[in-house]
Amino acid sequence: MIKGKSLIEANDFSIEEIDDLLNFAGKIIAREKDYSDLCKGNLIATLFYEPSTRTKFSFESAILRLGGQVIGFADAMTSSVSKGESLIDTIQTISGYADLIIMRHPKEGAPKLAAKFSKTPIINGGDGGHQHPTQTLTDLLTINQLKGSISNFTIGLCGDLKFGRTTHSLAKILLQYPGIKFVFISPEELRIPDYFKAEIGNDRFEETNSLESSIAQLDILYMTRIQKERFFSEEEYLRLKDSYILDNNIMKMAKSDMIVMHPLPRVNEIAEEVDQDDRAVYFQQAKYGMYIRMALISKILGKGE
Amino acid sequence: MINVSKLKKGIVIDHIKSGNGYKIFRQLGLDKLEDTVVLLKNIPSNKMGIKDLIKIENDIYLDLTVLGLIDSGVTINIIENGQKKEKIKLELPRKVYGILKCKNPRCVSTSENVGDIEFTLVNPVTREYQCEYCHENTKL
Repeated sequence: MIKGKSLIEANDFSIEEIDDLLNFAGKIIAREKDYSDLCKGNLIATLFYEPSTRTKFSFESAILRLGGQVIGFADAMTSSVSKGESLIDTIQTISGYADLIIMRHPKEGAPKLAAKFSKTPIINGGDGGHQHPTQTLTDLLTINQLKGSISNFTIGLCGDLKFGRTTHSLAKILLQYPGIKFVFISPEELRIPDYFKAEIGNDRFEETNSLESSIAQLDILYMTRIQKERFFSEEEYLRLKDSYILDNNIMKMAKSDMIVMHPLPRVNEIAEEVDQDDRAVYFQQAKYGMYIRMALISKILGKGE
Repeated sequence: MINVSKLKKGIVIDHIKSGNGYKIFRQLGLDKLEDTVVLLKNIPSNKMGIKDLIKIENDIYLDLTVLGLIDSGVTINIIENGQKKEKIKLELPRKVYGILKCKNPRCVSTSENVGDIEFTLVNPVTREYQCEYCHENTKL
């Protein structure tokens, strides 16, 4: 279904297409060796206009585990961009060499522009703080694998819900699944925007500034980092950055089967002592990120089942 | 009171919010026309208090999209043989190409030559349009 398609924003794919990807990723997880040659003969370009070691390694591990090969750069300064080449020219050139382009760019909308000029599909590996659709797919796979489905859960989103647009795109997709309810946990200043609440509808969310008082009802707790670059003043950032610190004491109040997710990197919003708790799944989540990227790359190249 | 004679054939752009007349004059490039053009500013108006008005003697092509963006309250009267032939009331266009620029410094359009950006009307009250690339809202 998604053969030949670009993935620029999380909602570019229908729920059916996402479910198809999640199922295929599940098959890869179960029998990874069966897929080690699936993309043999495919050349995939990873164009990272800003460094992002985590995302780049995740994509490249996915490609190599499928038997594909990788070309690309990890920093715009080592590419022809440093000579002044435009994004459009680079894309028109590279799309003649590679079967698929994965790009990360500091400018918002850069992958959308690239997709207009590319002869091959584009996967957005993050464009500034704008969209990060493979993170959303990673989160969905994590829930599906660890909770058995994506339905009838109460999900707590905690931290910066105002500027964190990746949490918005995750929430938008989760809302299309049945029985999903949200608890938005944030300081007053970082509340989820009103237009977004209007889209969700009052019966599907609660809003609070207390993690302690709301954690008991959660099936999934999604922690986010409060990002320094989103603030105009250092003072405000310093005041809000430690709003929530999840530690073992707070974890005692949570359900025994709740899972704690985080897109990583974390700063101090989750105390390291929580890592030992079986409910802390954020490192597994990162691994699922590689598997969903394996499924995505295969399907876009028309290789999936 | 300054009097301007009635048009025989041409276009009258009326009910321009005071101050927008010159913007429209400039945006339409009326200074380049060889036809007779009159821009009246701050004319008393029962409905608006004061208003601006433009009269153009002759038919020219008007980019209504531009007018709608600068001042969606204007009315355009097409005059033939000294009579109103047609009255056009403007609304904000749902999609706009090539007129607005994205003001978000993080948008790709600020560093790459993206050509005409598609802007979609998201709020007619605040006259905000959304950039197709970064989804930030921009006002004219």
